[in-house]
Amino acid sequence: MHIQIDEIAKEFGTTTALHPVSLSIPSGALVALLGPSGSGKTTLLRILGGLEFPTSGRVLFNSQDATGLSVQERRAGFVFQSYALFRHMTVFDNIAYGLNARPRASRPNKAEIDRRVLKLLDLIQLPQIAARYPTQLSGGQRQRVALARALAIEPRMLLLDEPFGALDAKVRKELRQGLRDIHDETGLTSIFVTHDQDEAMELADLVVVMSMGRIEQIGKPADIRARPATEFVREFIGA
Amino acid sequence: MSDATLPKMQARPAATAPRFRSATEESPAARGALIAIATGGLALLVGAPLAAVFAEALMQGWGAAVASLASRDAQSAIRLTLLITAIAVPLNAVFGIAAAWFITKFDFRGKAFLITLIDLPFSISPVVAGLCIVLLFGANSALGGWLVASGHPIVFAVPGIVLATVFVTFPFVARELIPVMIEQGRAEEEAALTLGATGWRVFRTVTLPNIRWALLYGTLLCTARAMGEFGAVAVVSGKIRGQTATMPITIEMFYNEYLSVAAFSMAALLTGFALLTLLLKTALELRHADALSATRRH
Repeated sequence: MHIQIDEIAKEFGTTTALHPVSLSIPSGALVALLGPSGSGKTTLLRILGGLEFPTSGRVLFNSQDATGLSVQERRAGFVFQSYALFRHMTVFDNIAYGLNARPRASRPNKAEIDRRVLKLLDLIQLPQIAARYPTQLSGGQRQRVALARALAIEPRMLLLDEPFGALDAKVRKELRQGLRDIHDETGLTSIFVTHDQDEAMELADLVVVMSMGRIEQIGKPADIRARPATEFVREFIGA
Repeated sequence: MSDATLPKMQARPAATAPRFRSATEESPAARGALIAIATGGLALLVGAPLAAVFAEALMQGWGAAVASLASRDAQSAIRLTLLITAIAVPLNAVFGIAAAWFITKFDFRGKAFLITLIDLPFSISPVVAGLCIVLLFGANSALGGWLVASGHPIVFAVPGIVLATVFVTFPFVARELIPVMIEQGRAEEEAALTLGATGWRVFRTVTLPNIRWALLYGTLLCTARAMGEFGAVAVVSGKIRGQTATMPITIEMFYNEYLSVAAFSMAALLTGFALLTLLLKTALELRHADALSATRRH
């Protein structure tokens, strides 16, 4: 799905989290929102997911105005920073949550839910852990379960908030490839937030560098490396 | 430091090695003193009075104690206390959940003020709370006069006792829930929303299961306190024997009338109710230890 961000601004009380920013994300792209903390990248992601609403500006999904759509109507697969798995549910029930939450008319039957959950567990390469609880999983496993849970609702896009933030360096590297593979397999427009420029440069098709609520540069990783647009970008990516 | 040096240092011959204490361990004398203070204090302040209540109640044997509890006034007091508790506790559970939800899941002006307001019944004397209810709803106020005239008196009747009990026990559930809900944050609720769940479904399937232990604990504390409330109820009830006298009020009446066995039998029964709630809590905690450690992190 093509996502168009049109002059989106966000204020929290008297502080400005986002100055009007505009951005066009082509369908099927894997995009990194890169910047230090406080740059507004998470706010932008949450606005796309419908968890925050902009003070002004519009969001367009496939050229349709989506600014006023509720979080449920957005159908965005959202992976939270510390995963926010439901701690009192098994991995199976976590992944099945979105399917069970559908209105009765469009809810798949039990056998179909079983089939889909098992298929997603295969996709994240953790077919054995359906009966476990989140506290019994490693950090990397939790991240992949959170991804599977987000994919279960057949989302229109995938939004990931610091998906590798809570992991150690080795697992981080492995899961980067995992995210790339899942993105390529599903073809979903995917946007992830990170403060790690290596991660952004290595993984994304398109990198959006942000600072203090503004977009500093949008470009392919190689272009940003070769031609940083501002002094901030030059310093931040260490070019 | 290489890995090999550490075990070697610890493997000194036990006979000659001085015994090292870990940093958080106290000296034997300090430990002994702390244990003595804790057990001694507990025995003196909790154990002895508890034993005394039961001993006094059974002074003339089981027969006398049971007979005193079977009297008309005693029966009426027990029924009233159970009725008041059955009304006040569910009300406070609902209020408590609503207040904690409101405070922890939303940002708004005056939040600190609201939290202070919830704590007010803890700091205000129950007698003052009772007087406030009498002033508001008593026969001398416009509202109270009308209520009495229309045949629905609040003061010196059951509704007044319910109001007083609800007021006094208001903070228990909210106070238990607020820290738990703050610690759990909003991420799980937000995740459920992004997965398409409606607000009510999120509450039922995510929020409530995550707070159930704190809710249970708060409810049990609230129950124990609701059964035992004296001050506020003493003011609003009018202490009408057989009608508005709850168990604590009846205990006082019996005691003042030198009906020692009756007073202490009822005191023992009230204590028994309180112990039962604590027992129930412990049993549930033991039985669901796994789920408890998964949902609660303190």
